Amino acid sequence: MIAELVIFIILGTFAVATAIAVVLSKNPVYAILFLVMNFFVLALFFLLLSAQFVAFLQVLIYAGAIMVLFLFVVMLLNLTGGIEAMQDKLPAQKWLALLFAVLALVEAGIVVMTTTFPRVSTPIPQGFGNVEQIGKLLFTKYLFPFEATSVLLVIAMVGSIVLARRRA
Amino acid sequence: MLSPNYYLALSSVLFTIGVLGVLVRRNPIIMFMSIELMLNAANLAFIAFARYHRLLDGQVFVFVVLTVAAAEVAVGLGIIVSIFRLTGGDINVDDLDEMKG
Repeated sequence: MIAELVIFIILGTFAVATAIAVVLSKNPVYAILFLVMNFFVLALFFLLLSAQFVAFLQVLIYAGAIMVLFLFVVMLLNLTGGIEAMQDKLPAQKWLALLFAVLALVEAGIVVMTTTFPRVSTPIPQGFGNVEQIGKLLFTKYLFPFEATSVLLVIAMVGSIVLARRRA
Repeated sequence: MLSPNYYLALSSVLFTIGVLGVLVRRNPIIMFMSIELMLNAANLAFIAFARYHRLLDGQVFVFVVLTVAAAEVAVGLGIIVSIFRLTGGDINVDDLDEMKG
């Protein structure tokens, strides 16, 4: 229990620090690398919560595929810096955003702090979170959402091809 | 397992940082990454609840969120690239207020 708390605090500090670094980085390339670090830390959290398959998906798909896509776009386009230095059309909006974000955090904090979860003592089932169990669930109970995601991916593929085509 | 409160607190902090990133930054790439941050915060809450209730359904939900994120990034980056082709320079989302394509 204590060991888990220590791990939680260390990993949590890392997760929050890298997330703040993503938002504050001037250079998008640094932001991407911080985001990859953040995804790795979250994958460690998933392992801690006995979600092995999802943790590996996180590393492979998010950190591996999606972030490489981001990196490609940033390096292809010259999106590095210079944008925030432009004239700000809505200077008050940033402070309002900060205010509302803090309000949202306080609200979520109140909800989280006032909710108590009774301790569950039933043991974790055998093979919880491995590929077999998730696959079984995916192809029985969640078959329709699974098929819907494949349609979604086809739509995304067609959409990005249409967007990437040269204007006729 | 620690009480889910810890994980929910961390999840809400990460989510708020993502919201802040979308609202404060003007660089479309970084705004996109903030959205990913928010999706991941939601994933953490899903996984924490899945573990707490000893049900795998939460993990299947994360699977779906992952797919949606991939689709969203593919289309979103396509849009950013085509905006870049039109304007040919740095993209400030504040300048994209005409909706003429």
